[in-house]
Amino acid sequence: MATVLAMEGTRPLSRRGAGRFTAFLRAFIRDRQALAGLVIVAIAGGAAAAAPLISAWDPLKSVEVDRLSPPGTPGYLLGTDEQGRDILSRLIWGGRISLLVGIVPTVAAGLVALFLGLVAGYREGMLDHLIMRVLDVFFAFPLVLLAIAIVGVIGPGVGNQMFALAVVLVPYSTRVVRTATLSVKHLEFIEAVRALGAGNGRVLWRHLVPNVLPPLLVYTSTLVGLMIVASSGLSFLGLGVQPPTPDWGVMVGSGRLVIYRAAHVATIPGVIIVVVALGFNFIGDGLREALDPRARQ
Amino acid sequence: MTSYVAQRLFGLVPVLFGISVVIFLGMKLIPGDVARALLGPMGTAESLAQLRGALGLDQPLHMQYAKWLWRALHGDLGLSPIVHQPVVELLLPKFGNTLILAGASFVLAATAGIAAGVLAAARERTAIDRVTMSASLVVGNMPPFWLGLVLIVVFAIDLRWLPSLGMYSTRGAGGLADLLSHLVLPAVTTAAAPGAIIARMTRASVLEILGHEYIMVARAKGLAERVVISAHALRVAWPPIVTIAGLQLGYLLGGAVFTEEVFGWPGLGRQLVSSVIARDVQVVQGAALFIALSFVVVNLVVDLLNLYLDPRARPA
Repeated sequence: MATVLAMEGTRPLSRRGAGRFTAFLRAFIRDRQALAGLVIVAIAGGAAAAAPLISAWDPLKSVEVDRLSPPGTPGYLLGTDEQGRDILSRLIWGGRISLLVGIVPTVAAGLVALFLGLVAGYREGMLDHLIMRVLDVFFAFPLVLLAIAIVGVIGPGVGNQMFALAVVLVPYSTRVVRTATLSVKHLEFIEAVRALGAGNGRVLWRHLVPNVLPPLLVYTSTLVGLMIVASSGLSFLGLGVQPPTPDWGVMVGSGRLVIYRAAHVATIPGVIIVVVALGFNFIGDGLREALDPRARQ
Repeated sequence: MTSYVAQRLFGLVPVLFGISVVIFLGMKLIPGDVARALLGPMGTAESLAQLRGALGLDQPLHMQYAKWLWRALHGDLGLSPIVHQPVVELLLPKFGNTLILAGASFVLAATAGIAAGVLAAARERTAIDRVTMSASLVVGNMPPFWLGLVLIVVFAIDLRWLPSLGMYSTRGAGGLADLLSHLVLPAVTTAAAPGAIIARMTRASVLEILGHEYIMVARAKGLAERVVISAHALRVAWPPIVTIAGLQLGYLLGGAVFTEEVFGWPGLGRQLVSSVIARDVQVVQGAALFIALSFVVVNLVVDLLNLYLDPRARPA
């Protein structure tokens, strides 16, 4: 709510704004859990980005004689899978697509929600009613099942997987934006801005968006962890990323077929999913607390 | 009270209408129609046109919708072109199996979650609190498909305590004991993440109540902490807990898809996934309808239950 107190004419990064930003940063970094989350995500993201440099093996190369080697086998730190592919290398390369499939739909849904929520909250009336009632219908479906059904209609694949996950998130994020818009637009400073002659565009863009973004950002950051779990689930079911492309969900899915002989093939990628999802949740919680001045004290 | 219930029921009409429109239009978005799917690649243009006429696919969209809705209201969701069986006949038993799994998981998630949450709140800032909440954080982020596999490795493969596949043993008399032994691992898997969320919410809700002045009075009277929590705090904390637990039911239905897949549980979720892979849109549509309707009913029940539990929520 701190940003709500911004007065007309102060640019977001004026001296006061910069002060708020450092306060936020300081609070975020002092939060050990948030910092841990940041480290986890940075390691996962960094490893995925540097995959060609750090992975010891080609993630698609199978060595027939080394199939299902247990973790700790010389040359294969985390062992090999059912086709003799190095699990660690596949995890590193898999991070590229797994992280992307978790982040892209969340961000895309956030942008659509920002537009819909602002329009609904700002205009109110019929348009608001129409948007929100249509979105209400989507709340009647459990999130993951709706995504599966959408993939069922448009067909499996990475692009469709991301599209389906984005669609199911839009109603949730839109609610957050609309609520924030409604709470800000009736404040006095908006009235003052209007009295000074600002048009709808200026009020929306310069005054509502900066105030609506923090709650949306907090909400979105908590969704990324959930989306990493959900998208790996779709890939596990064979509805998202397709083998042999390395992806954490795909790895659990194919490892499942050899679970009686070598449990590590399916269990290790799952540990990575849990840890990375936790990392994103830590960041989300940290953001929420750092942006809330009451919690900060 | 009655008028509120009536109002709430009436409010369902637009939601149900919306659900039916979304599901119907979703079907229309896919390339190719039911007639083509039914006839297969061998169908001639002539027979295709004939079947389309018979199915009413040559009529305008709103007429098709009205007909589809009319049939759906009479329990007819069409015929699956893949398994050649009426969709309702195919889905009803699977829906029952999912209800068994979801019911057991919900009971497990709610009892374990509420117990853990109350315990953590009562022992705030102790080791018990920290351990319970850290555990709930980790468990809450576990993908159900992975947790299911881990449980299979430990309890079915290594320890050989419990079966890992299906609802009943292929050999053996079946019966309740057999069902229960097959139910344990899937139910724990499905209950884990929702249970963790319920635990965190319960803790927050009870802690908030414990900060009230009337709790201080109860403590000042010298009441045992056990009584303060069970008789004073929990009574007020119930409504938000019930709401959160109810919301988890939807989450639980979503998680059940993965559990059913991992444990070979013959439920609605597994059917949905295999129909999606087979592109059996007719069944996907039916399953979506089943799921949405049960979700709507659950939300209604949660609302009404809250009304019963919390006199303050009742309209004057």
